[in-house]
Amino acid sequence: MLERLLIVSAVLFCIGLYGVLSRRHVIAILMSLEIMFNAVNVALVAFSRYAAPAALRFPGAAEDAERFALAGQTLALFVIVVAAAEVALGLALVIAIARRRDSINISDLNLLRR
Amino acid sequence: MGITGRDIFLIAPELALAALAAAVVLLDLAPAFRRNERLGQAAAIGGLIVPVAFGAALWVDVHANGAQYGFNGALVVDKFALYVKFLVAAAAGLTLLASGGYARRFRPYQAEFAGLLLFSASGLMLLAAAADLITIYVALELATLPVVAMAAFAKTRAESLEAGVKYLLLSAASSAFLLYGFAFLYGASGTMQVVAPEGGGPTIAQALAQSGGGAPFGGFAVMAAAILAVAGFGFKLSIVPFHMWTPDVYEGAPTPVGAFLATASKAAAFAVVLRVFMEAFGGASADWGGLFAALAAVTMTLGNLVAIAQRNVKRLLGYSAVAHAGYLLIGVAAASQGGALGASSVLFYLGAYAAMTLAAFFAAMTLAERVGGERIEDLAGAGRRFPFPALVLAVALIGLTGIPPTAGFMGKLFLFNAAVNAGLVWLAVVGAVNSAVSAYYYVGVIRTMHLRDAPDVPPSPDADAAPRTPLAAKTALGVTALAVVALGFWPGGLLAAARAAAESLLR
Repeated sequence: MLERLLIVSAVLFCIGLYGVLSRRHVIAILMSLEIMFNAVNVALVAFSRYAAPAALRFPGAAEDAERFALAGQTLALFVIVVAAAEVALGLALVIAIARRRDSINISDLNLLRR
Repeated sequence: MGITGRDIFLIAPELALAALAAAVVLLDLAPAFRRNERLGQAAAIGGLIVPVAFGAALWVDVHANGAQYGFNGALVVDKFALYVKFLVAAAAGLTLLASGGYARRFRPYQAEFAGLLLFSASGLMLLAAAADLITIYVALELATLPVVAMAAFAKTRAESLEAGVKYLLLSAASSAFLLYGFAFLYGASGTMQVVAPEGGGPTIAQALAQSGGGAPFGGFAVMAAAILAVAGFGFKLSIVPFHMWTPDVYEGAPTPVGAFLATASKAAAFAVVLRVFMEAFGGASADWGGLFAALAAVTMTLGNLVAIAQRNVKRLLGYSAVAHAGYLLIGVAAASQGGALGASSVLFYLGAYAAMTLAAFFAAMTLAERVGGERIEDLAGAGRRFPFPALVLAVALIGLTGIPPTAGFMGKLFLFNAAVNAGLVWLAVVGAVNSAVSAYYYVGVIRTMHLRDAPDVPPSPDADAAPRTPLAAKTALGVTALAVVALGFWPGGLLAAARAAAESLLR
């Protein structure tokens, strides 16, 4: 089961990465980034269900079993929250740019590097 | 398992800094602060005494009792973390001191600018003290998101907005890579704990050592984790090939943002890389040592070669930051061989580099306002017209080249010494050759300022009408320039602190 979940996660990550690299619209890039973050979340939750209990084999870990098993899910929750904050900031920037000019294409953001 | 008063004491510097950030924004609503904007700046800088005092109290505590853990092992306070915290506080304070005049153009939002800078600084402090992967991620984002807002702060300038968008999108993409790496590291080891107190369960390194495996990095999942982590952290460190944002953001963002990113942000990023790779990937140090050595050579060579072609001072400093990330990586590669020499040389150079880069950015900021342009040729004749900032810029650039007797010379000496001791003689040679190449463009700026005459017609009619440089900015210029020279003559104090900090990494 772990393998299948990791394959789903890897496929999602690659789709997101392809979107980030190929899309020209800032909002579409933000959506692709969201796919990448969710791919990571799938991997984190899968690992916390199937792989983290392996850590319990180590001496001294048994009493903290829950902490190790839940660490992956905890990080996934933080990722969801931080990704939302990132998107909020991104949309604010998009609005600020749209007010100044017509296009929010990333290829039109080329004032620097000249 | 609850939160104790002890935990609050251990995180007090970060809490005090975040409270200060909120206070600076709120105080701006008071009529007295509305009338006199210097009050807000003074409150932000003066308030930094509180987190620094808590840091000093923690240093005394840690000196007596060894590394302290808080929040069930999520936080580690050792000399390494505290050294970086002091560095971040100093860089943030000096940036606020120098940018008072610059921030006036953000009126009436200059208090928010200072607040964002302080929030970011609290994230950087937390990053240095993070003991598990969750804390590292949260602290990294707490440090990054305010900087995005600061980069786009001049929201009527298209360049500033562009810098903000580029920084946000690239930092989010790099976070995704970093998180994917963290996921594999967690999957391979079953724990998020980079360091842990005695009896606090296995750390990543201990868990990996038990599972073994003959593949590089001790298993392909760990190798994937290490490569993804290098890609994710590489963005923060601005190492080639993840450096593309650096010159764009340094040039487009308001100048204080570049100064803050190049010093405080870089120091905390190198600290977390040292901690994660020396602790979590400690069992595979030969593998990542070679990787970082190769990246160091590529990064400094490319940074220096591209810097030669630059015509904008801030962009030049951006490529100079890339080159210096390469020099710092020499120390990281040397740290893979064990011993405190590599890590302590990185920590010393971070301090020296902060002094030099802050001086360079502050002087460039002051001169740009005076001469009315950011291109290098705008600085022609600045040495005669504006002797003090031009002198500070010259001192900073001499330091960045690595000419004695400056902080940069001492820092490079320790880095190359660490490399030679770690058997990386070729890397030290590459670094020395690169320093010679960098002299070409650094000295070129100094020559333009001091030897070329100013054009007969002032390039900008309002150049002489520009407001006088505030005393605070002059103080910041003087302090950073003095630090560059003083660290060249007397490196002992900072070096002793760096060595004590590096030794706390080796348990």
